[in-house]
Amino acid sequence: MTPITTESTALRTRPRPHILAKRVEREDQGWTSWITTVDHKKLGIMYLVTSFVFFILGGVEAMLMRTQLALPDNTLLTPEKYNQLLTMHGTTMLFLVVVPFWAGFGNYIVPLMIGARDMAFPRINAWSYWMYLFGGIVLYASLLFVPPEAGWTSYPPLSSKEYSPWNGQEAWIYMIHLTGLSSMLGAVNFVATIHNMRAPGMGWGRMPLFCWGILIYAYLIILAFSSLAATVTMLLIDRNFGGNFFDPTESGSVLLYQHLFWFFGHPEVYILVLPGFAAASEILPVFARKPIFGYKAIAAATAAIAFLGALVWAHHMFSAPLSTVVLAFFMLSSFLIAVPTGVKIFNWIATLWRGSIEFKVALYFTAGFIATFLMGGITGIFLAVFPVDWQLHDTYFVVAHFHYTAFAGAAFMIFASIYYWFPKMTGRMLSEGLGKASFWLIFIGFHVTFLIQHSAGLDGMPRRIYEYSEASGWQLYNVISSIGSYILALGVLITMINVVRSLKRGAYAGPDPWKGNTLEWFTPSPPPPHNFDVVPRIRSLEPMRDIRRQVEQQTGVDQQFQPGRPLTKV
Amino acid sequence: MLSRRALLVAAGAGLLGILLLAPSAMAGVFTPQAEGGSTNAEEIRILYNLIGVIGLIVFIGVEGLLIYCLVKYRAQKGTVAAQIHGNTRLEVGWTVGAALILVFLIVFTFIKLDDIKNPPASLNAPDGTPVSADGSVQFASTDQPAPPNPETALNIKVDGQQYVWRYQYPGDERVFAYETMVVPRGTTVTLDISADDVMHSFWIPALGGKMDAVPGYVNKTWFRAENEGTYTGQCAELCGRNHANMYAQVDVVSPEEYQRWYAQQVEAIDEAQQLGAEQRQQLEASQGEQAAQGGGGAGGATDDQ
Repeated sequence: MTPITTESTALRTRPRPHILAKRVEREDQGWTSWITTVDHKKLGIMYLVTSFVFFILGGVEAMLMRTQLALPDNTLLTPEKYNQLLTMHGTTMLFLVVVPFWAGFGNYIVPLMIGARDMAFPRINAWSYWMYLFGGIVLYASLLFVPPEAGWTSYPPLSSKEYSPWNGQEAWIYMIHLTGLSSMLGAVNFVATIHNMRAPGMGWGRMPLFCWGILIYAYLIILAFSSLAATVTMLLIDRNFGGNFFDPTESGSVLLYQHLFWFFGHPEVYILVLPGFAAASEILPVFARKPIFGYKAIAAATAAIAFLGALVWAHHMFSAPLSTVVLAFFMLSSFLIAVPTGVKIFNWIATLWRGSIEFKVALYFTAGFIATFLMGGITGIFLAVFPVDWQLHDTYFVVAHFHYTAFAGAAFMIFASIYYWFPKMTGRMLSEGLGKASFWLIFIGFHVTFLIQHSAGLDGMPRRIYEYSEASGWQLYNVISSIGSYILALGVLITMINVVRSLKRGAYAGPDPWKGNTLEWFTPSPPPPHNFDVVPRIRSLEPMRDIRRQVEQQTGVDQQFQPGRPLTKV
Repeated sequence: MLSRRALLVAAGAGLLGILLLAPSAMAGVFTPQAEGGSTNAEEIRILYNLIGVIGLIVFIGVEGLLIYCLVKYRAQKGTVAAQIHGNTRLEVGWTVGAALILVFLIVFTFIKLDDIKNPPASLNAPDGTPVSADGSVQFASTDQPAPPNPETALNIKVDGQQYVWRYQYPGDERVFAYETMVVPRGTTVTLDISADDVMHSFWIPALGGKMDAVPGYVNKTWFRAENEGTYTGQCAELCGRNHANMYAQVDVVSPEEYQRWYAQQVEAIDEAQQLGAEQRQQLEASQGEQAAQGGGGAGGATDDQ
């Protein structure tokens, strides 16, 4: 399981530079320390807080849409307001919430997990954050004028100057450029950090799975966002400088935009969920008190999903004018991607099997993620069969499907990660009671909102419509869905209260409240600016377990927490 | 214990039955709409139901395993977690197992594809004359082939415009209609779908899948409705502010009624064109007068009329 790499002997002979500390200065906590910081932990927290603010904004947009749709022929929102809301909701959740949320967790956790002092390029790291923040501000500043209303996909000709003359569309393009550059620079930073700055002894086979997830997330960002940057630049040229890339009246091609956009767009969905998969692979073994089942299979499946994820883009275009050969190819490649995803799910369940499962909130959210994501995976099989997709495409069935995958893979795992790593970041525990209440409200609210949307889609309700008539018979679906969304919102609110309350009043966490396996639990909570006084030599996938065993041997005192034993005394 | 198991089996069988048979009452809740519409919609529904049954089995199996593990192995007094790192045989097993299910689905899809994708021959021509079944050779193609006996089929050009559908019928009379398409029962209708301004998507659920209307491209689909009736749908691709109000309807009528409607349209269009021509002449004449007067507000005055 833990092969000795050739790298380890090389590392042993090479002298390692190290700094001797004479005293420890208390960390500056004033507001200037936040805006001038290049520390990966402070930037990580800034990423997380900013993403959460945008998550609330995107959530409010969703609630407004659900309220509008609760009644047939509702006049709460005008059609243009509704289109603006759906565009802002999708754009916010993808570009300003989930990608930066994982950038935040990656920033904070990856250097700690691999025993590094900081990210490889701390100043670029800070620059990435500020570009992301200003990208978000650019998009939301358009609320003062006319926000974009061509959907988060912004298909031309609808997004062209002729049909969207307002400059909200320009703000959208500018936001994509800023956050895209931010993500790409952040990704380069992750790649450089993970490749070069791992602790001595941490070969590829001993790297935590969360780092595998972030590494592959970073490679996918570099691949996908460069395509997107080119695409929106072409759109910008079309709109403002007389370009005709996508103008059908001037021999441009509307389908070209779709191909380029989805060449970004499908890897994007794996950018959203792979770090979530990776966090699940960290959280499950800790709370099952068991090693992860099939470490190599999970790491290989992550890489396989990323590779295949770049080959399935046209399944978003099954109803476009494409030849049968193309449709068949993309059906097969989409089917193939189900295999590594299935492997992961089986490995997670096998990790729970014969474990001793501690029902902490992080485990609730992770189990909820597996249960929910599985359903999104199964509806994905329906959609991958292109003749069936001709009926389902662009209906509420698809809306339900991608919320089952993205909300489960991203949002559930973001909440799990908050509950798992909050003690490390703040030194305080979150309330378990509030956390469990929050989980059940989110879990039930989510399924009430989205399960019924499959039926709405099967009954012929298309996406992105601001109203429907009473005669359509879609009212019941929409009422149920809207009620669910309020339950879901309440659950999110409780976690917000939990976080704010625990910052001041949470129980002290200590360095290792969960008896984790990975190196971040070796540092105090919160970790000092320099992270580690000494970086231990890595001998296995679970260095903290080795450290605990070593302490036991050297002190002759049995540790209270042993592998496989329950976390709490029962 | 036995009764509980019997109950479970009964519930499972019931669910499977619903999915397999899927009476039209269930359409729209568990499976796509098709109620007596076109055969391609029916075939898509059969394909959907098959995936549904396999998906349901996988769903129950995996969720059951997950819930079993969560309940059975929760931390209790004296439980010790087994320190297992993996099992290569198991890994290979579930990889191959998942792949086999998918291979089965792929084979089934390709068996069904011909009936969904390729238009069949008309049962009767638009004028009601029955079509003999000979010469119905279907062939696989990267594009939608013409139906057998294409002269008995009806080829309608569907054109999406913000926010209405325009249907152009074949023939020298250049008959067209907006929003509601009238077709004869039993005739294969092939559609050439395109758009004028932005992208739209033409979709009548009971008459088969949707096809995007993309400016600069012609997309093809077909239907053959065997029952008279009204079939509705609406635009499925975000096309602007009134996307929600871009309806489409197909009225399937008897061949005789179709002929009547067609003649009526020819007459109505002729009348409208004559009326339009007269109005144009009047307008040009009045504009000429105003231009002669040299008034700066001539444009505004024209708009007021």
